[in-house]
Amino acid sequence: MPADSETLDTVRSVTQSGYKWGFETDIEMDVAPKGLSADTIRLISERKQEPSWMLEWRLKAYQAWLAMEEPHWARVEHARIDYQDIHYYAAPKKKPGPKSLDEVDPELLRTYEKLGIPLKERAILAGVEGADQDGYVEGSGQIAVDAVFDSVSVATTFRATLSKVGVIFCPISEAIREYPDLVRQYIGSVVPVADNFFAALNSAVFTDGSFVFIPKGVRCPMELSTYFRMNARNTGQFERTLIIAEAGAHVSYLEGCTAPQRDENQLHAAVVELVAMDDATIKYSTVQNWYPGDAEGRGGIYNFVTKRGACLGARSKISWTQVETGSAITWKYPSCVLLGEDSVGEFYSVAVTNNRQQADTGTKMIHIGKGSRSTIIAKGISAGRSNNTYRGLVKVLPSAAGARNFTQCDSLLIGQECGAHTVPYIESRNRSAKIEHEATTSKIAEDQLFYCRQRGLSEEDAVNLIVNGFCKDVLKELPMEFAVEAQKLLAVSLEGSVG
Amino acid sequence: MLDIHGLTASIGGKAILKGIDLSVPAGEIHAIMGPNGSGKSTLGYVLAGREDHSVTGGTVTFEGRDMLSMEPEARAAAGLFLAFQAPIELPGVNNANFIRTALNAVRRAHGESELDAVQFLKLARAELKRLAMPDDMLKRNVNVGFSGGEKKRNEVLQMTLLRPRFAVLDETDSGLDIDALKIVADGVNALRGPEFSALVITHHQRLLDHLVPNRVHVLAGGRIVRSGGPELAKELEKSGYGAMLAEAA
Ligand SMILES: Nc1ncnc2c1ncn2[C@@H]1O[C@H](COP(=O)(O)OP(=O)(O)OP(=O)(O)O)[C@@H](O)[C@H]1O
Ligand SMILES: [Mg+2]
Repeated sequence: MPADSETLDTVRSVTQSGYKWGFETDIEMDVAPKGLSADTIRLISERKQEPSWMLEWRLKAYQAWLAMEEPHWARVEHARIDYQDIHYYAAPKKKPGPKSLDEVDPELLRTYEKLGIPLKERAILAGVEGADQDGYVEGSGQIAVDAVFDSVSVATTFRATLSKVGVIFCPISEAIREYPDLVRQYIGSVVPVADNFFAALNSAVFTDGSFVFIPKGVRCPMELSTYFRMNARNTGQFERTLIIAEAGAHVSYLEGCTAPQRDENQLHAAVVELVAMDDATIKYSTVQNWYPGDAEGRGGIYNFVTKRGACLGARSKISWTQVETGSAITWKYPSCVLLGEDSVGEFYSVAVTNNRQQADTGTKMIHIGKGSRSTIIAKGISAGRSNNTYRGLVKVLPSAAGARNFTQCDSLLIGQECGAHTVPYIESRNRSAKIEHEATTSKIAEDQLFYCRQRGLSEEDAVNLIVNGFCKDVLKELPMEFAVEAQKLLAVSLEGSVG
Repeated sequence: MLDIHGLTASIGGKAILKGIDLSVPAGEIHAIMGPNGSGKSTLGYVLAGREDHSVTGGTVTFEGRDMLSMEPEARAAAGLFLAFQAPIELPGVNNANFIRTALNAVRRAHGESELDAVQFLKLARAELKRLAMPDDMLKRNVNVGFSGGEKKRNEVLQMTLLRPRFAVLDETDSGLDIDALKIVADGVNALRGPEFSALVITHHQRLLDHLVPNRVHVLAGGRIVRSGGPELAKELEKSGYGAMLAEAA
């Protein structure tokens, strides 16, 4: 509740400043030449000091990708992407660790400041020696951050506290070197290299991302969080995230994104793989706020992501919550493969499109285990001349006796020129399965706005209130801090959509 | 406090208000009665600034200010409150959050500090108690799944929390049981004072028993055809509009 007045402030500040996070950082970079070839992949693998199996895995993915075609089934349109016109590797130049914040590149600090990262964390992120020593106070509600600054994770915080309970949270490049057996066992096990065009591309050229391992019976003592930022001009971002929760383990992970304003369209093709064993729970929350382009849609991010979780164990649970407000184009279907008996998959989503944005997003729930259950709550909000599509698949295999799914898809239209589309696919091959689907489409009615304004709310505040009400079932699934952030983002992204 | 002169308004090109003259001095309560479709609700909406009701002529001044040039939210901030004949549902919007957001918007407009959730709840619970309404009224979504009577009570709750200087109550007594009727009257009477005025639209004398008006006006065909003291309402109750309208024609 207290977020509302903040939401209003944000709207006001953003009205005056345009895209709040549209800044760009200028730091010395180590950049590979443009273009994709086996040599580019060898260069990435070499820079990352990877073992040879990793390079081979990448090259195999590259071969698969060469034989694939860019998919065009989604309800999105974009200019042709020239895959040879992209830098596949860019890293801030490594220097010996600075002694204090004074020695840190002020540009980098400013970037962190604009991202709203607290000072202490900024020091840790910037790699100030010793900044992570006296750190974390148990139970203080802190959040561990693994900042992906362009392609290299500059630093990781709160590692010490986490390692005490055996949790591994580090850049995936480091995990490949330090925990090769774990990585080798699970990478590509949920999203195979040749799963789809963008996943294959990612597998070939991914530069960094996060690795999380929660050992048996451990409840991760804090929220784990990554700030993704795209920074170098024309550097496609190919993040790779792998999260493994052993039997009885619990983890909540948050991915938040902001990006600098720029002219060229930027491709982002991440892959996220989650693995949950018996009784394990993984909660993966995303607040996505990449630059959506200007009012005409010029210059926004292309977000083509493959996210999938495997509920391998009995009673395991994977829950995806996403608030998608940014990007020019979003193509994203976080999915759950429910293999374990009585395993649970959840998908809670708010997708907002304004101006010329296009979003084609949804989920896939694949029921294989007996008694597996899934819940899908998808809220689409379209304004301006945008297009918003929910695309969902619920598939029940013959083995999934007693499987259940509940799907609720609601669309809210603001204005006359936008579009909302719902494309549910249901395939049930077990008679005992129960699948329920509900869908609604509504508009913000004039009389709702008038009622609010008669009580003293401005038109914009009224829209925010109504939109937040519409999204409530999803927002309440987010960790508290991020729910507040998400409300701000909703307000910002719908700014100027009425009146 | 409120002065209406020669007010004409139309909806979708159709003239509905055909020249209203009405003054409500500070501290007074005036009742408006009249047959269905005579323009009573339209008058309330026009005063509140509803955009699809176009004002085609006349003036409305509120405490000396030209109210017709103000946005609906500015009128609310100036102290105007309209209790809707058919209150609007806001799905997913928590009632407490809604009223607090509204109250804070009005407080901000007056340069007053905003109330946090705790301060507001304290205030709201006290008000609920006074109005003999259940606590869960605040927890529910604005008017969603409310019975007809509950919606009307919720309008009264909002009114007493927002403390307007001028309230228009559009048939707030319709659909209320006897006890609730008294609660509505108490709500208005609680605000009553030299700084508060109200326009009470009603079809029933019984509300006016609890809420004795200074003046009663009869609206018919978009015009005020008769005005009088509280006894006018009693007369209407007995003989209906027919005789009076024939006489006015
Ligand atoms: N949106 C609208 N479009 C067209 N006509 C309208 C609209 N709203 C109101 N009217 C017409 O305006 C006239 C006055 O309506 P209004 O609601 O003001 O009557 P009222 O006096 O409040 O009646 P009641 O006692 O039934 O509440 C009616 O003829 C009604 O049909
Ligand atoms: Mg009416």
